[in-house]
Amino acid sequence: MLAAGLDWSIFLQPSFDQSGNYLTFLLTGLKWTIYLSVTAWVIAFVFGSFVGLLRTLPNSLCVALAAAYVELFRNIPLLVQLFIWYFVFPEIIPVLGTWFKQSVNPLLQQFIAATLCLGFFTSARIAEQVRSGIEAIPKGQRLAGLALGFTLLQTYNLVILPVAYRIIIPTLTSEFLNVVKNSAVASTIGLIELSRQSQQLGEFTSHWYESFIAVTLLYGAINLTVMVLSRYLERFSRLSGYIGGRH
Amino acid sequence: MFEFDWSSIPGALPYLAEGMVRTLQITFIAVLIGIALGTVLATLRLSKSRFLSGVAAAYVTIFRSIPLVMVLLWFYLLVPQLISRIFNRPNLDIRVLASFVAFSAFEASYYAEIIRAGIQSIPKGQFAAGNALGMSGFQTMRLVILPQAFRRMIPLLLTQAVILFQDTSLVYVIGLQDFFGVAYNVGNRDGTLVELLLFAGAVYFVVCFAASNLARYLQKRLAS
Amino acid sequence: MISIKGVSKWYGDFQVLRNCSAEIGKGEVVVICGPSGSGKSTLIKTINGLEAFQEGELVVDGTSLNKRGIDLAKLRSRVGMVFQHFELFPHLNVLRNLTISQCRVLGRGRKEAEENALKLLGMVGLEAYCRKFPAQLSGGQQQRVAIARALSMDPVAMLFDEPTSALDPEMIKEVLDVMVDLAKNGMTMVVVTHEMGFAKQVADRVIFMDHGSILEDKPKEEFFGSSGSERCQQFLSKILAH
Repeated sequence: MLAAGLDWSIFLQPSFDQSGNYLTFLLTGLKWTIYLSVTAWVIAFVFGSFVGLLRTLPNSLCVALAAAYVELFRNIPLLVQLFIWYFVFPEIIPVLGTWFKQSVNPLLQQFIAATLCLGFFTSARIAEQVRSGIEAIPKGQRLAGLALGFTLLQTYNLVILPVAYRIIIPTLTSEFLNVVKNSAVASTIGLIELSRQSQQLGEFTSHWYESFIAVTLLYGAINLTVMVLSRYLERFSRLSGYIGGRH
Repeated sequence: MFEFDWSSIPGALPYLAEGMVRTLQITFIAVLIGIALGTVLATLRLSKSRFLSGVAAAYVTIFRSIPLVMVLLWFYLLVPQLISRIFNRPNLDIRVLASFVAFSAFEASYYAEIIRAGIQSIPKGQFAAGNALGMSGFQTMRLVILPQAFRRMIPLLLTQAVILFQDTSLVYVIGLQDFFGVAYNVGNRDGTLVELLLFAGAVYFVVCFAASNLARYLQKRLAS
Repeated sequence: MISIKGVSKWYGDFQVLRNCSAEIGKGEVVVICGPSGSGKSTLIKTINGLEAFQEGELVVDGTSLNKRGIDLAKLRSRVGMVFQHFELFPHLNVLRNLTISQCRVLGRGRKEAEENALKLLGMVGLEAYCRKFPAQLSGGQQQRVAIARALSMDPVAMLFDEPTSALDPEMIKEVLDVMVDLAKNGMTMVVVTHEMGFAKQVADRVIFMDHGSILEDKPKEEFFGSSGSERCQQFLSKILAH
């Protein structure tokens, strides 16, 4: 198998789609993986924060709705969710679905479906983290904010969330890494992200090992970069002398 | 308005059931081997030997930084090569074997971290007590620490199994017909993809929701 | 100033407050004591609406807490509260802890708020610490900052919920000194505490609670005399022996 030796010059050969060589071909995949991960994470962060926050409000309807949201996205496989976003919603949503199928270019269709899918899937996980971050803060902090005359919204904004987000920075960054890994699922609907490109490279050149090794290393490099960045972020945002919930 | 047509589902139930059997097969094998291998990795990780703990850490880090899709593709590439050398049995379905190996190896890295945390949650005094009774380090681990650790970890292990059960749907990328694969194919064949995908989603939801609630219930019972 | 009439509260089936009544006039200092679980913390938190109650009437500075839809935030901004665990905001420095509610609730300008904050920090002897973060201060210092923070809102009354019970013994005095000064300056104060020395020194009245009921409400001379109920005498002898 590997005895045949690896031929790394394959990356300098022109790619089958004439867009450049196979190195730039893989880098296109990297680009889409990053686009997809970043936009999905932003969606996840916004919706996840909102839903996580709802779950901590003193209102049982809010709590129940937020809980249902989390359960829905957590108990259906990501692949099934992706196919539902890509194949089912454009069919069953009137007008908008038809427009989406007919007027949006295919690459963008794949990208939008994958982004929404990953974003909402991850938002349920982030919601749980935001909730646990908020719940890690002593109850007295909320009372202290209210006692000063803050509204509930102000208490969240000025008192609870700034500390809660600091507590969950490590889990939020590891969630970003999860998004990067999960983004590979988008290859199943044909989005030309990293793992899709590696499969195509393998199919067209039969240099499977070179392709898989290169892509695996690229995923590793993304991991490493994000971990280093998050280390800095954690140091930057750390509250001196404050550990976890109690001080 | 879109008109739903659920008529192709009843006739396809036997196929869907076969697919579900395959899904469960992969899940169970990966849970069993994953926990076994994960326990070994966790003990190595906590061992005094720097080399062994480094190897275990590297294994866990590597598998946790690669997408599952890539892991599946890797093993689909590697397993046939290994098989042809070891067994030389051309009639074996490579995809099934590749998925067993891939999920077991992949899950082991996740189980290893759960088990490591479980072992570390056992007070140090328990190790000392085992040693004081004249047990070897291995015996202490097997007879004293692990039984306690596993009891505490059951809910987490189950939660991980639920995630695994969902993840098995990814065998789609190597063309294996599990529950999801069958649903997709039936939908494509009958032009009822929308219905079949929604049906598959509902089935996964019911199973996973029930199992997650069981995990939560166990968690509560263990905590009290 | 504060009028409590027949207030009762339940957690599910469990009654935490039983028909509590008390009147607290302007400039009065009232100490509430009682064994743990007697409902004293709950009672003091009903005064600024941090705890809801199901029965009775509560009027604070002319505002009735019974009416639906009253502006609780506004009421709370006029009643200062000091907590057992200080509850300074860990992500803000001392100065910002004192200015944030002035700016965001009272709408004061930053400069005015800072001047006011520094004046109050000077009063509790911590002006030099204004750039420190809460976790860098001792418990006693944090509690003094917390008192200054409550005062920064120019409250008409101050509520203290066991302000010294989370402190190491050597820090209790510095906090009590600040509270004594406040009392002498005519602040209306409701203080839940076991510090009977403080009560003897500055309280006008002492309230004793047990099992959610107010058992005694007497001027301090009478309270510390020998005429109290048996339950109260028991409690006092335990505290004083302590």
